[in-house]
Amino acid sequence: MTILNHELRQNRLPFLIWTGSIALLLAVCIALFPEIESQMEDVSSLFASMGSFTAAFGMDRLDLGAFSGFYAVECGNVLGLGGAFFAALTAASILSKEERDKTAEFLLTHPVSRSRAATEKLCAAAVQVTAMNLLIFAVSAGSAAVIGETLLRKEFLLLHLAYLLMQLEITGICFGLSAFLRRSSPGAGLGLAAALYVLNLTANIAESARFLRWPTPFAYCEGADITARGGLDVSLVLTGLLFGAAGITAAYVKYCRKDIAA
Amino acid sequence: MYAIQTEHLTKSYGRKRGIADLNLSVRSGEFFGFIGPNGAGKSTTIRTLLGLLTPTSGSARILGREIRTETRAILSQTGYLPSETAFYPGMKVRDVLKLSACLREYGRRAHEDRPAAPCLQSPVPDQADILLEGRILCERLQLDPSRRVDELSFGSRKKAGIVCALQHRPRLLILDEPTGGLDPLIQREFFGILKEFHQDGATIFLSSHILSEIQRHCTRAAILRDGRMIACDSVENLARTGARRVTLRVREAPSAPTCAGRLEKALCPPDGSCPEPETLLPDGIRDLRITGETVRFLYCGDMNRLTAALAECDIRDLTVTEPDLEEIFLHYYTDAPSPSANRSHF
Repeated sequence: MTILNHELRQNRLPFLIWTGSIALLLAVCIALFPEIESQMEDVSSLFASMGSFTAAFGMDRLDLGAFSGFYAVECGNVLGLGGAFFAALTAASILSKEERDKTAEFLLTHPVSRSRAATEKLCAAAVQVTAMNLLIFAVSAGSAAVIGETLLRKEFLLLHLAYLLMQLEITGICFGLSAFLRRSSPGAGLGLAAALYVLNLTANIAESARFLRWPTPFAYCEGADITARGGLDVSLVLTGLLFGAAGITAAYVKYCRKDIAA
Repeated sequence: MYAIQTEHLTKSYGRKRGIADLNLSVRSGEFFGFIGPNGAGKSTTIRTLLGLLTPTSGSARILGREIRTETRAILSQTGYLPSETAFYPGMKVRDVLKLSACLREYGRRAHEDRPAAPCLQSPVPDQADILLEGRILCERLQLDPSRRVDELSFGSRKKAGIVCALQHRPRLLILDEPTGGLDPLIQREFFGILKEFHQDGATIFLSSHILSEIQRHCTRAAILRDGRMIACDSVENLARTGARRVTLRVREAPSAPTCAGRLEKALCPPDGSCPEPETLLPDGIRDLRITGETVRFLYCGDMNRLTAALAECDIRDLTVTEPDLEEIFLHYYTDAPSPSANRSHF
């Protein structure tokens, strides 16, 4: 547990900043809803006429005038993107930063096996991502209660669960990157998260690009789909978890036998 | 019983040289020196022994344990001081020492599966004992534990690294260029601490390019060059190669170069002779320097040939002294790399 605790302590500040910013942004969005609600009928028709842009964000299938539709779109952009970036950044640097800062030599000349170190670091990333989602959900639920709405409904809970799974998948993939790349891993992680996001937008716009839903975890975070189905798309989620597991496996295989550069 | 034993240990990375075919034996309880210039492969050897690098071929055992498979058991009995110590940013020295002590806990059960010989192993001390030892070491090395590691000077960072390497009282100490950045007083204290560890039965493996350090403290030493071990012997024997520093003063300054030329011609090694691989210096004259009427050179070989050659010069004064390790070392390394090139030089 020493490495896990140490890792959490080391990353305390970035964690608080990211969690705070995302929670604040969500709270502000929710607080704005009552005011927007009255104007939403016009806005909804405006959005509905924006063609593929509307489809990209799933607004053709959601009613922005209703709290659930509004929250799914807002949440998708703020928590989805923000959380994905935080997960990518944290996981992608968690192994590589030690090699970059040359602290790997300090850590690995203590009697700790490589796999043990990797396991505790992976857990640290997963704990941070999960804690962030729980805190953000709490803040969101509180804000919603203030404006007289509730988040304690199946569709919202499923939406947040989907976001957590999506961020954990990205954590797994970026953990893999972290074992292979030394200097460029945070950039690569962020780039990957952004690319997956764009992939989902593309898949939403064009029917011929529907297959792009498979590689991106954002696909199973669509509020419209979750509401329509009354559940998560299990095959998409399982595919995503496979990607995450592949990243983690690659990380272990690489990290346990790699040369730690001086 | 050997503390470190390598057999044909080789580590090569791509085009860069690593170490090649290293056969090194350090007995338990020895104060061993590992000498070589920068880039000779000292750090690569150490990092391979500690499991940071995977050997390309060959094998090695530390404290009787295989480096590839029993890394954890090895590390729990080893203290390592890297040549460049890096710590996690934002931590205080005290926190780093605490972290290091906590990380030692992972090694507590590393020996249970296969106990080693008792002389090579001692139980991991309790955390409180480790931290107490750490505090004492900090005091002796004059390191303030409440300082932040990012603010430490190079020397102070080294001190923190030393405390991390020593505070759990390991059976084997591997120190990679430990004295860089330490002032002479702290160096003396540091070697005093090492002596105490040595008296308690610990093995000390000291890598350095500072020969006086090795000559003063170590009993045996190995010399590394271009990734290969070129000599391994007691420090006394290494210094006693048969090479002599010869200084002579001729009667008149203008005759000095003529005399030097004669000596050089007469003392070149006999044709076809090949320097034995184990000797530190091949036969002949090197480092020939003429200043006014003084001729200085380093001679290695048959003394009768030297006296015969000297008889041809008009000499006013002559001294023959034993060179120190540093001198031999210096000339060995500044020589051309291959023996064939060496011979054409003479």
